[in-house]
Amino acid sequence: MIGIEHYLVVGAILFVLGVLGIFINRKNVIVILMSVELILLSVNINLVAFSAFMNDLTGQIFAMMVLTVAAAEAAIGLAILVIYYRGRGTIAVDDVNQMKG
Amino acid sequence: MLDLANSFDLIIPELILTGAGLLLLLVAAWGGDQLSRPIAILAATALFGAGIALVPDLHFGTDGPQTLAFNGLLRVDSFALFAKAMIYLAAIGALIIAPAFFASPAAGEERGMRAEYPILIIFASVGMSIMVSASDFMALYLGLELNSLAAYVLAAILRKDDRSAEAGLKYFVLGALASGILLYGMSLLYGFTGGTDFATVRAGLEGDLAYGPLFGLIFVMAGLAFKIAAVPFHMWTPDVYEGAPTPVTAFFATAPKVAAVALTARVVFDVFGGQVLAWQQIVMFAALASIVFGALGAIGQENLKRLLAYSSINNVGFILLGLAVADQAGASAMLIYLFIYVAMSLGSFTALLMLRGDDGDLFETFGDIKGLAVTQPALAWCLLLFMFSLAGIPPLLGFYSKFVVFQATVEAGLVVFAAIAIAASVIGAFYYIKFVKVMFFDEPAELVTGKSGMAHWVLLALTALIISPLGYLLTPSLTDLADKAARSLFFTI
Repeated sequence: MIGIEHYLVVGAILFVLGVLGIFINRKNVIVILMSVELILLSVNINLVAFSAFMNDLTGQIFAMMVLTVAAAEAAIGLAILVIYYRGRGTIAVDDVNQMKG
Repeated sequence: MLDLANSFDLIIPELILTGAGLLLLLVAAWGGDQLSRPIAILAATALFGAGIALVPDLHFGTDGPQTLAFNGLLRVDSFALFAKAMIYLAAIGALIIAPAFFASPAAGEERGMRAEYPILIIFASVGMSIMVSASDFMALYLGLELNSLAAYVLAAILRKDDRSAEAGLKYFVLGALASGILLYGMSLLYGFTGGTDFATVRAGLEGDLAYGPLFGLIFVMAGLAFKIAAVPFHMWTPDVYEGAPTPVTAFFATAPKVAAVALTARVVFDVFGGQVLAWQQIVMFAALASIVFGALGAIGQENLKRLLAYSSINNVGFILLGLAVADQAGASAMLIYLFIYVAMSLGSFTALLMLRGDDGDLFETFGDIKGLAVTQPALAWCLLLFMFSLAGIPPLLGFYSKFVVFQATVEAGLVVFAAIAIAASVIGAFYYIKFVKVMFFDEPAELVTGKSGMAHWVLLALTALIISPLGYLLTPSLTDLADKAARSLFFTI
């Protein structure tokens, strides 16, 4: 029997993968965008799982909202990435260092 | 029962701003960038109008069930109104100082303000209004993202400028990560308490905290700390502040900071109100760490915008110290500090924008302002005033703001923490006083010789007047408003 904890574990794994993807990745900014999507996806799994197990619709509505916002966020992220690439000619993470961080 | 008329009545400022934003977007689409100046003026008018709409309720104070809109999704009480008033004022400031900057060579190849700038400021302001009046995690997230998405674009608005694009990229990545962390926390809280509105979550968090809700609380606090740039989640601030165009930096340092702090206050008291000990230590740690790291990090910075970024981290520490007191006096002190901080930041960034060369180019390092007192005495004295006020030197108003926070801290019995904060603020005084040495005693570099426009001088004079000793005339009404706001924050419906 698959219980709620299985869904939560999958969500937690995806979340950790997403966070690690942002911090460990040294290659490509696109990978960071994918990691952000992964984090939002893990949140959606959590929300929908909770919602289904509690018989409460709020979580699913919230998940829909997260999906919408995630789409807008990805669009803006890619747009910023494009102008960055035009200026610098690279999207390698190690090159994002004009200002000391 | 959903009372639409009453709900819409409560969100009139947001409706004005949304309407104005959409309308101006159409105007911008048809008219193009040559209309950017009228659009900016109309946007400032809309913000002013939205601010006027707040005044009656703000003046008389409002709390209780009549402040709930849309079945409790939003809560438009005195606290939200106070924060909104500050947000709109800061946004108007960011609009006033922008055109001169975008017309200068500092704006790079693309001269002239883009028509999107005022529109993005408006949309960000709508987002922040929703943030500060949110009473449900969904409304909170909506407002936060509306603000953040506009802010990412604002940071990268100089498309041909490498530093601006890099600032936008960094802000986007870390902001998206922060939203993700916050959301994960909210999903856990939803799962373990069975609702997304603050009242339900609060009721579900009574008693001993289990691991699930505790994780939720920690994730939510971490996400919020990212948004207010508190240590240990501050690392994006110096880069973004340095890279973003200066008017945008001035905006970031004021309005979103107010919104994020107000949101944090709302969340800790409304959602985690039954678990004071759990969040108080987190906020206290963030406060003290921000004060110390903000002060230490600023030492040795050459770039003035970067220095002001560390200064803002330092100031956020004091604001959070007021929050960490966790009572009404602390919340009131926090709001007073926020108001004075907004005036100081706006003033100092305006002063930075006035460091112009003959060709109108802008300077932003210590080396450029050597001997400023000789070439531009009025500007040098104003800058000095702001720096002393940020350092908290009496009789300037910056001293009063620190005083009320320390008073609230000591009265709550947290003397040790107040002592640490005072010690760190002495360290912080070092780099503020460095301005005196550089501007008044160094050989003049004679770089800053250009003239600034009327708008800059007016804003500079106004903010300088507020933080000057004359500003103490404001304190009775400011205290009154802050007390009303703090009271409504503690009103449990």
